[in-house]
Amino acid sequence: MSFVSNLYSATAEIFVASMILAIMLATAFARGIARSLAYSLAQLTLIVATFITFFTLNTGGEHAFSNMFVHDVPGGVLKLMVYLSMMIALLYGRGYLAERKLDRPEYYLLALLTTLGMMVMITANHLLVLYVGLEMMSLALYALVAFDRDAVRSTEAGMKYFVLGALASGLLLYGMSMIYGATGSLEIGEVKQAFLGMDDGSMKVLLFGLVFVVAGISFKLGVAPFHMWVPDVYQGSPTAVTLILSSAPKIAAFAMAMRLLAGALPNLAEHWQTMLLFVAAASIMLGNFAALVQRSIKRMLAYSGISHMGFMLLGLLSNSEAGYSSAMFYVIVYALMTLAAFGMVVLLSRDGFEAESIEDFRGLNRRNPWFALLMLFVMFSMAGIPFFVGFFAKLAVLQAVIEAGYLWIAVLAVVMSVVGAFYYLRVVKLMYFDEPIVNTSIKASSELQLMLSINGIAVALLGLMPGTLLKCCEEAMKAAAFAVGG
Amino acid sequence: MEFSTFVFYFFAAILVLAGLRVITARNPVHAALFLVLAFFSAGGIWLLLSAEFLAIVLVMVYVGAVMVLFLFVVMMLDIDFAHLREGFWKYLPVGALIGSLLAVEMGLVIVHGMGGKQMPPVASTIVADQSGAAIQCETNICELGRVLYTEYAYPFELAAMVLLVAMIAAVSLTLRRRSDKYHEKYISPEEQLAARHEDRLILVKMPSEKEIPEEPAAAEGAGR
Repeated sequence: MSFVSNLYSATAEIFVASMILAIMLATAFARGIARSLAYSLAQLTLIVATFITFFTLNTGGEHAFSNMFVHDVPGGVLKLMVYLSMMIALLYGRGYLAERKLDRPEYYLLALLTTLGMMVMITANHLLVLYVGLEMMSLALYALVAFDRDAVRSTEAGMKYFVLGALASGLLLYGMSMIYGATGSLEIGEVKQAFLGMDDGSMKVLLFGLVFVVAGISFKLGVAPFHMWVPDVYQGSPTAVTLILSSAPKIAAFAMAMRLLAGALPNLAEHWQTMLLFVAAASIMLGNFAALVQRSIKRMLAYSGISHMGFMLLGLLSNSEAGYSSAMFYVIVYALMTLAAFGMVVLLSRDGFEAESIEDFRGLNRRNPWFALLMLFVMFSMAGIPFFVGFFAKLAVLQAVIEAGYLWIAVLAVVMSVVGAFYYLRVVKLMYFDEPIVNTSIKASSELQLMLSINGIAVALLGLMPGTLLKCCEEAMKAAAFAVGG
Repeated sequence: MEFSTFVFYFFAAILVLAGLRVITARNPVHAALFLVLAFFSAGGIWLLLSAEFLAIVLVMVYVGAVMVLFLFVVMMLDIDFAHLREGFWKYLPVGALIGSLLAVEMGLVIVHGMGGKQMPPVASTIVADQSGAAIQCETNICELGRVLYTEYAYPFELAAMVLLVAMIAAVSLTLRRRSDKYHEKYISPEEQLAARHEDRLILVKMPSEKEIPEEPAAAEGAGR
């Protein structure tokens, strides 16, 4: 294969990378309009990248760049979801950032760079590329979390995220080096092949490596024993950054888990299934119980995110095609729900006021019935109340995990969902049955209002017809070459 | 004993001792200098393996740049080292327990696993030649360069983007533009020398008599 034909597969990545450089140059010279220029060019980049990825989607699993890059359908679908989440997150965050004078052009550059990192992770077929993509994503995120550099909380959150993230990267890298030691290759396909005819010794080293890799993945997903950073970082970073942090990186981390566990180490499935089983059980319990006692809405949503990621792992650990596609469906649905929820927090934080506390939602129905209704959709969906999309996401992973023969964890997950319903419904109760503290009407730009409405309605409507997206995930997983079973 | 074996043991011994001193030296400046020594000996071992490029890079980048910078930082910062050492005995039991547990676990794997067995051959990308052995490389700089720009072109370019992230992040988190021009660090000579006529002579218009304004509040005021 000539080098130029490699470039075709990576058109979207190359386009985003060149746009980053172009935006950097353009904003350096455009003095007065740099902020709005950076924003519009960033959105344009994401839109064009969406088209590029969409129209190059139907190429079945071809490899490029000496097998380091894989161009497959699930990768394409996940990339489309990443673009969508980033577009929504940038749109929601714009007004918030402008009010706090944080909408410097670098914000949009870092947001695009983190997107590029996620794209690289999603299409990686080589442990080295996966790691470089992960670092690109994480480094840009660390800077974004600390972006409000004059606020102590923001810099503290950035510091925490950076130190713990570096530790997690170290763990992951250590695991990868052991995998390399045992198999003699860093390429995902070859790692899988090397398993056949492996002697006992290399097997042990490989298992060692697996433990570290699972730890690294768990950190990036923010699940139970490695969840400590999640609430602090979510709360400390500017809400516009929390929007980014809670949505797209989860999709990329899911892709990383798929590539590493289902792609490279399917033959060790019985081992990583057990590990993920404990991780999932711990995060579902911890997330839901800890969210009960939170006063800050951002911390509550952070803990709820931990439990949601635990749920997502249920699908992944089922180690079946239905399981993988249900996990993919879950992570996409979760990204949509969390964007709407944090979008609501952004909507309520106006005029230098942060809607930090759950109490700020008190009496929202009196102030603005429409947004109260949208928040109700989102909360019901997150709680998994039937006929909202969150319910179908939970149903799909539970079906998959029961089919895989882990009935006890399905029962545990359902019980914990009931616990979780309490804190979601508390928000609804505050909105509808309590008196508002302040009576000011909600002021927001019309684009934010419109997008939030679309997002909220999407959460409700997808619940009425979840088939399309679920089918899309199933098709994507079917098209992929993930080995199923032992 | 062959000469190269002797050289290996010589460098290896220095490396191990220097490594030990890095973590036992009381003075952090000494620790940093021992780390420099460790880098030098590691570079020597690499030279012995005829990996001359890596050896040179190690000495130039780590010793020449990173460690010198690090030494500066250590010397500049006034760290209270006695304070850092305070909790040592308190935390020793827990640390020792975890450390020995890890050591035992790893030992078990190594003893059971790799005792006398050959490691699998590395699926080498360095010796593979894609374009059909057109170039015969004798030095490892040539080998490295060839795979870096062909086979590893993709991660190589991505690494460049990661460096860009670091650059943008560092600048956006630390650069502060001074809005007030009098707080700038320099004044341009042009501005210093420029004389404007309004600075030289100011004509002030003053009335010849001053009128005393009447105070209505004072007329009604109580305490006057």
